Amino acid sequence: MTQTGSVSTAPARATTAARGRSWLGQGMPRRILVGALGVLALALLWELYIVVGPADGVIVGGLTVLPRASEMAMPHLWVMLERILEPVTGSSSAVPMWQAVLEASLFTLGIAAVGWLVGVTVGLALALLMQRFKLAESAILPWIILSQTVPLIALAPLVRRWGAQIEFGVFSWENWMSVALIASYLAFFPVSIGALKGLGSPDANHVDLMHCYAVGWWKTLWRLRLPASVGYLLPALRLAAASAVIGSVVAEVSIGLRGGIGRLIVEYAGAAGSDPGKPWAPIFGSVLVGLVAAGFVGLISLFLRRFRRGEVAA
Amino acid sequence: MKHSTRWLTAAGAVAAAGALVLTGCTAAGDTASTDDSSSGDLTPVTLQLQWVAQAQFAGYYAAVDQGYYEDEGLDVTIEEGGADIVPQDVLASGDVDYAISWVPKVLGSIEQGANITDVAQIFERSATTQISFKDKNITSPADLAGKNVGSWGYGNEWELFAGMQKDGVEVGDISLVQQAFDMNAFLAGDIDAAQAMTYNEYAQVLETINPDTGELYQPEDLNVIDWNEEGTAMLQDAIWANTDKLADDEAYADQTVKFIKASIKGWIYAAENPEDAATIVADAGSALPAGHQLWMTNEVSKLIFPSTNGVGLIDEAAWANTVDIAMNTKNETGGTIITTDPPETAYSNEYVQKALDELTAEGVDVLGTDWAPIDVTLTEGGE
Repeated sequence: MTQTGSVSTAPARATTAARGRSWLGQGMPRRILVGALGVLALALLWELYIVVGPADGVIVGGLTVLPRASEMAMPHLWVMLERILEPVTGSSSAVPMWQAVLEASLFTLGIAAVGWLVGVTVGLALALLMQRFKLAESAILPWIILSQTVPLIALAPLVRRWGAQIEFGVFSWENWMSVALIASYLAFFPVSIGALKGLGSPDANHVDLMHCYAVGWWKTLWRLRLPASVGYLLPALRLAAASAVIGSVVAEVSIGLRGGIGRLIVEYAGAAGSDPGKPWAPIFGSVLVGLVAAGFVGLISLFLRRFRRGEVAA
Repeated sequence: MKHSTRWLTAAGAVAAAGALVLTGCTAAGDTASTDDSSSGDLTPVTLQLQWVAQAQFAGYYAAVDQGYYEDEGLDVTIEEGGADIVPQDVLASGDVDYAISWVPKVLGSIEQGANITDVAQIFERSATTQISFKDKNITSPADLAGKNVGSWGYGNEWELFAGMQKDGVEVGDISLVQQAFDMNAFLAGDIDAAQAMTYNEYAQVLETINPDTGELYQPEDLNVIDWNEEGTAMLQDAIWANTDKLADDEAYADQTVKFIKASIKGWIYAAENPEDAATIVADAGSALPAGHQLWMTNEVSKLIFPSTNGVGLIDEAAWANTVDIAMNTKNETGGTIITTDPPETAYSNEYVQKALDELTAEGVDVLGTDWAPIDVTLTEGGE
């Protein structure tokens, strides 16, 4: 369908496009099938272990290396699924578990998305700065790497405390913003590193060509460096999405923010013994959030498809 | 043409996803801002809890719900805690007006320089126990030697260590196991004697089906070492205030009396109306199952009532005992909570005494001599 468009461009591009089309045309259902099979295999493996796994787990030198196959430690999948359909608690006003988890998932997803947006913006800005000025690279890069060695549990209460002191006019800092900030703190890292690498990835002779044309830095950036960086950027964005989700959930637990998946995980944990299916519901919720986040980045990569010459793992 | 349609579809999909995300954000904003109810002449006051909303803090939630704080001219906002929120640090840094925390945990912070004062010892008794199944035959701290003993750590272990050392069991004589939020390790037998709060983990066990009988575990199945009986109980939930502000700011000192007074009224309400109090806490956002919440409300009231000298009054002997344990009990690394006596300002009965006097003058029974707990029947999963 895009044949006419593709033929007019370089032959190399045409083959890429053709490959991409077959990947979509016939490959997509297969990919979905393979994905579903993977989930099914995991489910079977889980159930199989419950049946054949030793009741006391596998203990090597006093350390449990494989878990107990008890109902409490590894509830059957149908126990978890049934639990999701039942109300959260026995009270008459309780909503079904899936609804509570879904609401919490949306909440966490929203925070993670804000964190991701902020993180990606900051990451890209830093990468551009470092690309433009060699001095900035040597000055900032070590700090970017160091920043990721600060443990989240040390950071979270500080962020909340600083945030609580911010207030100007009608704007006052809410606790969810602290969580989003922590998510962005994790998310900016892969983006800044990936984008820096991507921006520096064009061949020297391409850059030289731009010099010959007397093209300025901004135009070189727009015409050459940004398109070239897409292959590096997309995996980085995906990593950032995963980091933002994890960061949100962990920070929710850390500062005790209500409404999200992190809070549900803490609140349902106590039921692990008496209601084994319950603590699994928010875990499925966080998987869902992760999937949606990854799917969103997938959409972006669909957008940027014509720049994707082959992705490089960040 | 086809090409641009696809672009449009992709753009539409991204926009849809973006919209979804934005709805999530608005929801976030709404939930976070529900608790700042604006008011006319009321003084805004914030209280930092040491954990998320649950019946452990029923009295404060009840005082908000019943308007006791408002009666005193206070507009109280309750800040929930989290895994990494240290209430006494939040208070010492001036972000909140009052905080709820355990005395032994705060004593360490005070020695580190936190300038805060215990102005009301709400829980008179300790709720920490060490529970074990009958067949393990652990009835006293001496029996813990050589056993797998669970503890949450982070300052929750001192009553256990003090009890053991009183019976001549060193920390090295037991195998100390890090306990999680749930009781699975205990139920599975990995932990012989697990730490359990009477109002929470003890009930979690009793809400679980015993696979041998097909019925719920019964209190008769368990041996409970109660640190109140062993004499190594330490003071737990107390209201803490900023020492400097108490001394320099008369309005804050007055407000402290009012805050304590309304809080005590809240606790009396919770003790007398456990069902309503449990509902109030659930409405405040706790997701604990209703039966478990009611159990917690009832058990927490037992820590307060009947009160020996009046709710919140700090018993000097109990305080001295807590300090003594904090100075002389060694943990697994040989450390103690504090090395020198805490300053005089670490506790004060001045404000709670005023509050109690006012309440007594109003005809409120602050001892709860006739109070009796209700019977809560636990069900599977605490529903």
